[in-house]
Amino acid sequence: MAYSEKLIDHYENPRNIGSLDKDAGDVGTGLVGAPACGDVMKLQIKVGADGLIEDAKFKTFGCGSAIASSSLVTEWVKGKTIEEA
Amino acid sequence: MNVLTQIRRNDQPIYLDYQATTPMDPRVLEAMMPYFTHKFGNPHSRSHAYGWEAEEAVEKARSQIAKLIGADDKEVIFTSGATESNNLAIRGVAEFYRDRKNHIVTTVTEHKCVLDTCRHLEQQGFEVTYLPVQKNGLVDLDALRAAITDKTVVVSIMAVNNEIGVIQPLAEIGKICREKKTFFHTDAAQAVGKIPVDVEAMNIDLLSISGHKIYGPKGIGALYVRRKPRVRLVPLIVGGGQERGFRSGTLPTPLCVGLGEAAEIAMKEMVAEAKRLAKLQERMLKGLRDRLPEIYVNGDMEQRIPGNLNISFAYVEGESLMMGIKSLSVSSGSACTSASLEPSYVLRALGVDEELAHTSLRIGLGRFTTEQEVDTAVDELVRHVTKLREMSPLWEMAQAGVDLKSIEWAAH
Repeated sequence: MAYSEKLIDHYENPRNIGSLDKDAGDVGTGLVGAPACGDVMKLQIKVGADGLIEDAKFKTFGCGSAIASSSLVTEWVKGKTIEEA
Repeated sequence: MNVLTQIRRNDQPIYLDYQATTPMDPRVLEAMMPYFTHKFGNPHSRSHAYGWEAEEAVEKARSQIAKLIGADDKEVIFTSGATESNNLAIRGVAEFYRDRKNHIVTTVTEHKCVLDTCRHLEQQGFEVTYLPVQKNGLVDLDALRAAITDKTVVVSIMAVNNEIGVIQPLAEIGKICREKKTFFHTDAAQAVGKIPVDVEAMNIDLLSISGHKIYGPKGIGALYVRRKPRVRLVPLIVGGGQERGFRSGTLPTPLCVGLGEAAEIAMKEMVAEAKRLAKLQERMLKGLRDRLPEIYVNGDMEQRIPGNLNISFAYVEGESLMMGIKSLSVSSGSACTSASLEPSYVLRALGVDEELAHTSLRIGLGRFTTEQEVDTAVDELVRHVTKLREMSPLWEMAQAGVDLKSIEWAAH
C-alpha cells in the first residue's frame, strides 16, 4: 500500500476523534457520504462567541485516505472563522 | 512441521491469503530441482537419454494428476495455469460444436477468466446465460435445469469459489448435464487436493487445475478432457501438436514434475489436512465471535472448504482495517482495493448489502498455518476492529439505536 508517511501517521494516530454534544447551541454537526459508497464522515465544530472555531471532532467510516483527510481537516479548521474554514 | 522456518523469514507478516496463492511445499521443490539442473532435456526429444528421462518425469506427473481426480492419464493436458485451462475448455468446445450448438450456461460468481471468456464468445455470436446464485452462494439446481436447452454446448460452474470458499453440488450438476446431454466443465482450481473430486462419479467432462493453489509452482496447470464419451476441442495454441494436439509447445518439465508431486502429496494428505484446517477455521471464527459483535460470514458455512473465511465486520471499512493489521496478509472485498468503486461482484451476487460488502475480509488458512498464527491474527483483528469502530460514525449511530437503513444519505 503506497501511502505517504504523513497519511499513515494520521491513520495510526488520528487527531480529534470523538464527539461533541450535538444538542449544544454552539455545536454544528455535518454528516456526509453513504455506506454504500464506502465513505461516511461526521464532522462537528464548536464555535466560540467570537465566531472562531474552538474545537472540532470527527468520526469516519472509510478507507485509510478518508480517515487521514478527516483527521487533517479537524486540525486545519481550529482557530479559523466559519468563512475561512 | 519445521518446514515453516524453511519457508518464511521471521520478519514476514503472517500469511492468511491461501486462496490467492500458496507457498510451494518444500517436497515439491525438491522433486523439481534435478529437472532445472542436470536433467534438463526436452521431453519431446525422442532420440536420446536426456529426452527420455524428461519424458518419463512428465508422464509420471501426468499420472499423479490423473489419480487425484479419478481420470485416465491420457485425459490430462498440461497448460500454463487454470486461466489457460478455462479459456481452452470453454472456447475450445464452443468453437468446435458451433454449427450445432451456440449456447453456454455459467454463473455470476465465476472467476474473471471464465466470465471474460464467455463475454468474448458473446461478441462472436454465442448466447450466454449467467445464472444467479442463492444467498449462500450455491447455484439453484432447478434454475440450472431450466436454463439448459438443446443448443447448450457447455455448462461451466466452478467447484469451489475463490472468494467465499463455497462448494457447488458437483455430482448433482453433472447428473443434470448428462440428462440434458450437454458438457459439464468445472474450474476446480480451489477444489482439487482439498475436497474429493472424481470425474467419473461427478459426470465431469472438463476440469481445470492450477498448480499454485495446491502448493505447487506458479506457471503450470492442467485441463482434464474426457475421452469416453469423447470431448472435442479447438486448440488455443497450435504448433508441433504436443498434448494430443490440444496444446502445442515444449512442456516445462520441472513445472510438470512440481504439479504432479503437489497432486500426489495433496491426495495422500487431504483427509488429515482438511481436519486440521477445519479446527483452525473453527478456532479463528470462535475467537472472533467471542470478542466482536456484529460479524457475519459470507457464503454457506457447511458447503465450504475448511480454511476459507470471508467475514464482514459491520461498521468498519475493509481497506482501513487491512491498513491496520500490518502483521497479517489477507485480502478484502472492499472497493478501495479494486480499481473501481464497486465492492466484490461475488459478494454482491450473494445479495450482501453494499455497506456490508465494503466491510469484508477474505481470510485463507492453509497447510503451513499454525494455531499460534490464528491466535495472533484474532488478537490483531479484534484490536483494530474495536479501534475503528470507536472511530466510526455508523457504529456510534447503531449503538444509539438509529436504524441506518432509514437514513437519507447525502452522497457526494
